[in-house]
Amino acid sequence: MSTIVHKENTVVQKKSSYFQSVTFKKRMVKTIVMVILILGSLLILSPIWWMVATSVKSMKEVMSYPPTFLPKEWHWDNYIQAIQSAPFARYTMNTLFITVFVVIGNVLSNSFIAYGFAKIPFKGRNVLFAIVLATMMIPGFVTLVPQYVLYAKLGWLNTYLPLIVPAFFGSAFNIFLLRQFFLTIPNELIEAAKIDGASHFFIWWKIFIPLAMPAIATVAIFSFNGAWNDFLGPLLFINDETMYTLQLGLQVFKGQNATQWNLLMAGSLMVLLPVIILFFIFQRYFIEGMNLTAGSKG
Amino acid sequence: MQTNLQKNIKRQAPNKKPKRLFSMNQKEEFQGYIFIAPWVIGFLIFTAGPLLFSLYGSFTNFNITSSLSFIGLDNYKRMFTNDGLMWTSLWNTLYYVAISVPLTTAGAVLLAVLLNQNVPGTRLFRTIYYLPAVLSGVGVYLLWMQLLSPSSGLVNTLLSWVGIEGPSWLSDPAWTKPALIFMKLWSLGGGMLLYLASLQGVSKSLYEAAEIDGANVFRKFFHITLPMITPIIFFDLVTSFIGGFQIFQEAYVMSDSGNGGPANSLLFYNLHMWNKAFEVFDMGYAMAMSWILFIIILVLTVINLKLAPRWVHYDGEDRK
Repeated sequence: MSTIVHKENTVVQKKSSYFQSVTFKKRMVKTIVMVILILGSLLILSPIWWMVATSVKSMKEVMSYPPTFLPKEWHWDNYIQAIQSAPFARYTMNTLFITVFVVIGNVLSNSFIAYGFAKIPFKGRNVLFAIVLATMMIPGFVTLVPQYVLYAKLGWLNTYLPLIVPAFFGSAFNIFLLRQFFLTIPNELIEAAKIDGASHFFIWWKIFIPLAMPAIATVAIFSFNGAWNDFLGPLLFINDETMYTLQLGLQVFKGQNATQWNLLMAGSLMVLLPVIILFFIFQRYFIEGMNLTAGSKG
Repeated sequence: MQTNLQKNIKRQAPNKKPKRLFSMNQKEEFQGYIFIAPWVIGFLIFTAGPLLFSLYGSFTNFNITSSLSFIGLDNYKRMFTNDGLMWTSLWNTLYYVAISVPLTTAGAVLLAVLLNQNVPGTRLFRTIYYLPAVLSGVGVYLLWMQLLSPSSGLVNTLLSWVGIEGPSWLSDPAWTKPALIFMKLWSLGGGMLLYLASLQGVSKSLYEAAEIDGANVFRKFFHITLPMITPIIFFDLVTSFIGGFQIFQEAYVMSDSGNGGPANSLLFYNLHMWNKAFEVFDMGYAMAMSWILFIIILVLTVINLKLAPRWVHYDGEDRK
């Protein structure tokens, strides 16, 4: 290895071979990077494959040693058994119901609030926006007990209201994200619309929402993901088993099938599948959200 | 009507309007307040109000059924002198944060740098590495309980290939937290995306200049790449610290509905607080605990902010 380096140093003067060695080095680096990335991808994907494989194995095969990477027999009926052993259809409907309202609430409220912070000048705007950002630092558990007490007093326990209503009042991260996007839309648009007699309300609804679709889609998808995967909220506020969400249902399912790994993996996969599908369809928006955050911090 | 309006917008957009239109008039100010009203109301009801209640409640023996009576600093005293589990939970949380945050940050930076080398298939790799980051919830925890299962799990199978006999992860108190950190590392793709986005903003001319000076891969990494992305590292560190201290769900699900796992090794701060608040309804005490956590997070964030000028590089600074 060291001899190669020496040679390189001695031939620096001759231009052609110097460039050759640089391209050679670059190719070496790229090959090594490629190998690492491929190995890493296999490592990253292996748990998902493992979940699929385990979900179709018989319990005997799950417990056999050494474990098999490719199931010997594919027991698709595990899925039927999993679905039948818990009311997953019910849980899915419940979760969808909450999720739809949370997404609608988040999109409407956050874009509305963000428009105010981005495009309408008013006294105290900067201070209030600083407070918005500061709320991101408050640990959720500080407000958890009082919120629980509040919902108890309102008679909202064991309803979906505590999970849905707060979504209609905006959340710091989404306000921040949409405001950053709105700031990039030129003020001339607003001025022109105002001359035509449009109100801020009209401008927000008819101009900004359509123009900000990529950012709004990002908020919608993150909200969907958040509501779909929410465990803590339902755990605290929902008692009635018929009102359980998928996450709660899965937790109960886990308790009932303690070591039935094939059924547990089948159930888990069914709950994760919508998010995986959504991710592959709307990948662009997932990544967009991250880029917006990076762009505004960098 | 709408198409007309849009035409007008297009036609008029390039014209500079007189400044007068932008001056603050009261009607517009009022509209501004209308727009942010939902946030203000939500903030008062769901954040500020609860914050005040929780601050007051932390000095009471509140337990949701009886009325609140003021007991001064008793909850805080009890926490520091008479609750061994609180110290266990604080230690577990610090352990988890101190190891998982640097590891995931370093891993995410490294991965982003590798993905930024313009090898073929970058988009596919990016998708694959990001996928675990969007997966969360009970399904993922169940998956990892299976992966970490001592005899039939994937992790120990892979370890056995390289001649390592894997521990019995989630049932051995010494290995439960490393197991969770392992799971966290699987989903470092979210941070990776942040870094990748900022790496793509680093000017190519910097690298070209360094290459002319004969800088090698490592010098380029430590003297160009790393300084240029320090603002994002800083942002990531601050948010990861805040998030890390609040670990709850993983431990709740993976330790049999919150019992804290073997030898309380998974009893994190928030889990202990949860058990106090909603298992034994010692809510005043739980609220006191939450304020101590808030203070810890505040202090750490302030330290982070204070240290930032020493190592965070802002592009504008060297163009004075």
